[in-house]
Formats: sequence, C-alpha cells, structure tokens
Amino acid sequence: MGLSIAAAVGVYGVSFGALAVASGLTVWQTQVFSLLMFTGGSQFAYIGAAGGPAGAVSALLLGVRNLVYAAELKGQLRPRPAMWPVYAQLTIDESFATAVAQETTDEKKRGFWTAGLGIYVAWNLFTLLGALVGDWLGSPKVYGLDGAAVAAFLGLLWPRLKNRDAVAVAVICAVVTIALVPALPNGVPLLVAAAVAAALGIGRFTLPGREVRP
Amino acid sequence: MSAWSWILLACIGCYALKLFGYLIPLAWVEHPVVARATTAMTVGLLASLVALNTLTDGGRIVLDSRLVGLAAAAVALKLRAPYIVVVVLGAVATAVARLVGLP
Repeated sequence: MGLSIAAAVGVYGVSFGALAVASGLTVWQTQVFSLLMFTGGSQFAYIGAAGGPAGAVSALLLGVRNLVYAAELKGQLRPRPAMWPVYAQLTIDESFATAVAQETTDEKKRGFWTAGLGIYVAWNLFTLLGALVGDWLGSPKVYGLDGAAVAAFLGLLWPRLKNRDAVAVAVICAVVTIALVPALPNGVPLLVAAAVAAALGIGRFTLPGREVRP
Repeated sequence: MSAWSWILLACIGCYALKLFGYLIPLAWVEHPVVARATTAMTVGLLASLVALNTLTDGGRIVLDSRLVGLAAAAVALKLRAPYIVVVVLGAVATAVARLVGLP
C-alpha cells in the first residue's frame, strides 16, 4: 500500500511544481518547499494564499495536523529520540495513514518508512519536473490533477469510516468547512473543523479503529 | 520581508510543528480523552480536506469537474479498488469531464 500511495501522490507533485512556478515562484523556491516543508496541503496553501504573510500563516495552520500525527506516531512506533528529527520530516498525511493502518509495530514502522521515503523522493522529483515543464504543460487542471488530490484524500478517509459515528463526524466536518470557507481566511475553516471533530470525539461520538497497545 | 524570508519561515515553522509532536510526553498522547480527540480529529481533518479540495479554489466555493472525480473515486473505493487506481480514476474522470465541456 505504501508504494502505491507514493506513486499516486508523487504524480500530484507535478501540479504543485507547475502551479508554484505559475504563481511567480522560481524553480529553486518551488523546490525548497518540497525539500524542507514537505507537507502538500501546506505547500498548496502557501501558493493559494498568494505567498507572503498570508501564505505562511495558511501553511502553518494546515501544518498543525502534522503535530497530531507526530504525537500519535510517537506512541505507536516508539522511535528512538535520536531519530525524532528524521521521523518529524517524514510525518505527513500518507505516512501516518499507512503506519496506523498496520497491525504490528514492525509493520507500522515499515509502512511509515516506505510511504514517507517513497513519497519524499517522488514528491521532490515530480515537483522539479512540474516546475521545469510547467509552462509547456499548461494548466494542471486539463489533466485532472486537482481531481487526483480529491481522490487521494477520499482514499485516506474511506478506511476510517467504520461506523455511523465516524461517518457523522466526517459529514459534520465537511459541512462546517464549506459553510465557513466564504467567511474565513484560507486554512482557518480546516482548523475549526478539526476543533469540532475533537469536541465530537471527546463528547458522545465513539470512533473505532484505534487498537489498544499491549 | 522578501519572498525567500517568508518561504523559509513557513518551512521552518511547519517542520517545528512536526518535531513538537515527538517532544510531547507520551502520557499526553495516551490519555483516553486525548486519544478520543485525536482519532476523531484525523477523520474530521481528512473530511475537511476532501471538502476543500473538491469544492473550493483560492478561498471561494467553486463547483466543477472535481465533483465527477470525487464520485468516480467513491465508486472505486466502494468496489475495493487499490489506492493507486482510486487516485488515477479521480484524475481521469475529472479530465474527461472537462474534455466534454464541464467547468
């Protein structure tokens, strides 16, 4: 599963590279995003908010979820402290989702590294490709790459919708997000949805899928 | 501040968020209330990302061919297609919808 995610998400890197150059960034600036930031949602948010302070704030708001992933991965994978800086760099939606979907700690670690490293390499190569041929490629939308992002996130969500409460939380959060988009700055509706989800989870909504560790 | 400054600031900040998650004491993560919150928050964030990527563009609501891509991906997932197939179908369905004239 890890490698197929890496291939799919790497392809989406082409559209990031192309969109970043189209928004006025240089090829180097575009590449620095994928090398250093390495979290797709935040990278797109920076460009979507036209860069500068608004772009940086949007990127950070969308990056808060990685903190949650990191805390969860620390508990499930128990990496050595010396490895934390490396784990941190590879902590993204897909490596998290791949790791927690496995049964044993060894399988979780293998899933994390396969997805994390595979996507890091693919994401950077395709970012460069997208940045270099962006002008020639034309709009990434012609190739449906924005539709690929939609499918990628739905594919990550789908296995988590194991009971009625999980579906309810997902629907409520999607509706809250869309209702708030016209009124709030980029990135903020996502955070509100996260807060709503957390409140629902602490409240009476019981979501399955988190196994008890020995 | 220059474009480079904002880019590097955003990159360092996003990495710091990731690293901070590993620095939090394990007991915080394992607390039942935290566990319920983070499990639900992951579902909520992913649902929110699906909604944002399907229905918005640059902070505005936009209805376009991505809805066709979403539907194709949902059908593929219902039929238990592999992840890569789901993603490729999402792209192809969206591209074909645009090809036949949808926005």
